[in-house]
Amino acid sequence: MSNALELARATLLDGPGLDEHSLSRVVDRILSRQVDAADIYFQYSRLESWVLEDGIVREGNHSIEQGAGLRAVSGEKTGFAYTDDLVLPQLLEAAESARAIAHAGSSGSQAIHARTDTPRLYAPLNPLESLGEQEKLDLMRRLDAEARAADPRVQQVIVSLVAAHDTVLVIDNEGRLAGDVRPLVRLNVNVIVEQDGRREQGNAGGGARRALDFFLEEDRATGYAREAVRQALVNLEAVPAPAGMLPVVLGPGWPGVLLHEAVGHGLEGDFNRKGTSAFSGRIGEQVASPLCTVVDDGSLPDRRGSLNIDDEGTPTQQTVLIEKGILKGYMQDRMNARLMGMQPTGNGRRESYAHLPMPRMTNTYMLAGEHDPGEIIASVDRGLYAVNFGGGQVDITSGKFVFSASEAYLIENGKVTAPVKGATLIGSGPEAMTRISMVGNDLQLDSGIGTCGKEGQSVPVGVGQPTLKIDEMTIGGTAA
Amino acid sequence: MSQYDLPQLQGIVAELLDEAKKQGASQAEADVHAQQGLDVTVRLGETETIEHTNDHGLGVTVYFGHRKGSANTTDLRPAAIRETVAAACRIARHTEEDPAAGLADAERMAREVPDLDLDHPWAIDAEEAAAIARECEDAARSFDPRIDNSEGASVHTQNSLFVYGNMHGFVGGYPATRHSLSCAILASEGDEMQRDYWYSSSRLPGELESPVAVGQEAARRTVARLGSRKLATTQCPVIFKADVATTLLRALFGAIRGPALYRRASFLLDSLGEPVFPDWVNICENPLKPRGLASAPFDNEGVATRANGIIESGVLRTYLLDSYSARKLGMQTTGHAGGVRNVRIDNTGETMEQLTDRMQSGLIVTELMGQGSNLVTGDYSRGAAGFWVEDGRIAYPISEITVAGNLRDMFDGLLAVGGDNDIPGSIDTGSWLIESMTVAGQ
Repeated sequence: MSNALELARATLLDGPGLDEHSLSRVVDRILSRQVDAADIYFQYSRLESWVLEDGIVREGNHSIEQGAGLRAVSGEKTGFAYTDDLVLPQLLEAAESARAIAHAGSSGSQAIHARTDTPRLYAPLNPLESLGEQEKLDLMRRLDAEARAADPRVQQVIVSLVAAHDTVLVIDNEGRLAGDVRPLVRLNVNVIVEQDGRREQGNAGGGARRALDFFLEEDRATGYAREAVRQALVNLEAVPAPAGMLPVVLGPGWPGVLLHEAVGHGLEGDFNRKGTSAFSGRIGEQVASPLCTVVDDGSLPDRRGSLNIDDEGTPTQQTVLIEKGILKGYMQDRMNARLMGMQPTGNGRRESYAHLPMPRMTNTYMLAGEHDPGEIIASVDRGLYAVNFGGGQVDITSGKFVFSASEAYLIENGKVTAPVKGATLIGSGPEAMTRISMVGNDLQLDSGIGTCGKEGQSVPVGVGQPTLKIDEMTIGGTAA
Repeated sequence: MSQYDLPQLQGIVAELLDEAKKQGASQAEADVHAQQGLDVTVRLGETETIEHTNDHGLGVTVYFGHRKGSANTTDLRPAAIRETVAAACRIARHTEEDPAAGLADAERMAREVPDLDLDHPWAIDAEEAAAIARECEDAARSFDPRIDNSEGASVHTQNSLFVYGNMHGFVGGYPATRHSLSCAILASEGDEMQRDYWYSSSRLPGELESPVAVGQEAARRTVARLGSRKLATTQCPVIFKADVATTLLRALFGAIRGPALYRRASFLLDSLGEPVFPDWVNICENPLKPRGLASAPFDNEGVATRANGIIESGVLRTYLLDSYSARKLGMQTTGHAGGVRNVRIDNTGETMEQLTDRMQSGLIVTELMGQGSNLVTGDYSRGAAGFWVEDGRIAYPISEITVAGNLRDMFDGLLAVGGDNDIPGSIDTGSWLIESMTVAGQ
């Protein structure tokens, strides 16, 4: 077995000519002040992207990012500095800057030792080299052809293919050394269709912590092309969405962005430590209908939101956030867990070495319930059935959240009828969750497309849910 | 602090272009940047984070005839220059002939790089920055007894150096600074908890709003949200407060950008020379504004920037094109590689009170949520919060509603732009009064 830690060591220490002795010197430089915690995060990432448009692969980009972020934590204070030059003098200088937050004194230093509790949820491979260049481009061309062949109304097809190879190494003040090699691939198809002067778009794609052959399995990639065309054609027929409060049935999978916004962010440890979340201080209380069990799980094999270790070296895990409607726990990084007297949950994440870690979601989803999806739709007299979404947003303090449907239908007398134009749905997290009255038996995770933004930092995430019914939500359409 | 200066970055650009030529590229362009900064946040009176930022990057795009490849890295050392060019060339071996690909035409290059007075470093250390942030947060916390928590106040300062060059012989670069002060504060009353923020941003430290003014404005906005209600679903006039009206201008720019047009993915296709707004509306851009937050003497392809009338008497006068989208459309670049820079919409002079008086009854939107603005169709549906206006006056705060319509109708139904443009940033607008939209609530 090729060991991720050994690979990370080779890339991030041997490459620039660093060794454990120099690492110890840098850590000790931070620990020469009174700090409660400290870490150094080394990162080397390579990313390759290709874009096909108007039938030709017209551009590609290759990108390398490398550096180390150094952090000192004292109580609730954090000092942080980083360098993109992985040499000892620069690392020591960054250590001086980071430790300035803490008082004079010193903290015990520990011998460096490798963490032994690191799982292996994905292979430590380099996805950039997992297919030849011609095969990558041929795949994109096939999707263009597939989309155009699907319907003559297809006017434009944009295919993008991204492969990232991220190697990280983190050492903390207790001497624990952990490493990870994180492959990530993403393929997307966007189409514009036109009929009688009306234009609409459709979008589909997927991704995973896998090699690029992920897209060749099970007809996945061509499936994205057909799906994008299908969505666009549905939207050509869409009528204005209703405006006002109606029952809403959400399809399985990606509509789980509901959970990400309605409860996920509000259960991140930092907001709860600071008392700024609508869920602050509510552990043990009923915050959702008893049908709802919601977890965050960074330990699912190969998923886009998964990590062997978080960006502080903590192994990821399944964390129960809400069990049968009762709030059970928060997602924690080391600092917030320590300050709240809780355990880290493997949710300490950062966009890169140049950003501070904070509690972030991984794969957040609701467990399956008992209802047949058809039964759920049949229970609605007049409402909305929403199956695809764009992004969402939440104000964690007031609990108000939105998410925007990109494919939705009316439900009339228990039947799915006309497609409606995209509309934003708005609700209050705690209220919307208590209004969930039916949960389907068809749990699905999304296809591997999510990216979450918080305080300017983006990280890949997953969401999922079964079909579910919310008795009432405000739908932002234009029809009476 | 920085280990780089402008001549060094110019040297790196020259090396990148030389290396590209050596590796067989027929054309190439390159850019390099170096940035240093300090970010200090104070929360509940205590220093919470001190972040020293220090970023570098170089990028190169090579053309082999009409085939294009690009690469970038955070590593500015000589070995990285060679490897990055090689990576770009490797990409270009696989991309396909694209007649529209290439540098912007040589005759469009900026002939001179005017000094736009963008470089005003702030000699401040972490302790001084913390003192300013503390003063700002203190002003917010003492504003009202209902203010009971904080996400903190932050001071941010950044110095950057940037150089762009291409094989036409164009090379230009300049230093620039950006400083900001922001505060996010919470208030509660009964079970209700609200949060809002305010900020100030400038090229010059001396032109930032005072810490007390920023803190008080954050607090004022937060407290004003308390007691919010939902609204019954209705059609009514809507005022978009100046700082959220900027998003409507961004939607306009998104729809007249080159890629949206040549992909036929815009609700403003074929609108050049056509009315898009009522005839009193003028929207202009000045990339050469001294000290402007979005000022740039040349665009991302070295093309000279210049003042533009984007909307004149309601009519769309220019698309926003770079050389690639211009060639795709059979037009000329408008110097918009990298986007619009420093935009202003003429106002009709009303104060907020005059706007609400004119509206009589309707909604003021002070916050928008989500991404529900579809630039292909113009369909618009976003989450919102704000205030309900009755008899020409603000009656109570509103939350958990949506505002919806179509951007074409919203532009067409623009009745007034207030003279209350006091927002920081690169888009200068007052509040917009729009004739009618659908507001969904309970």
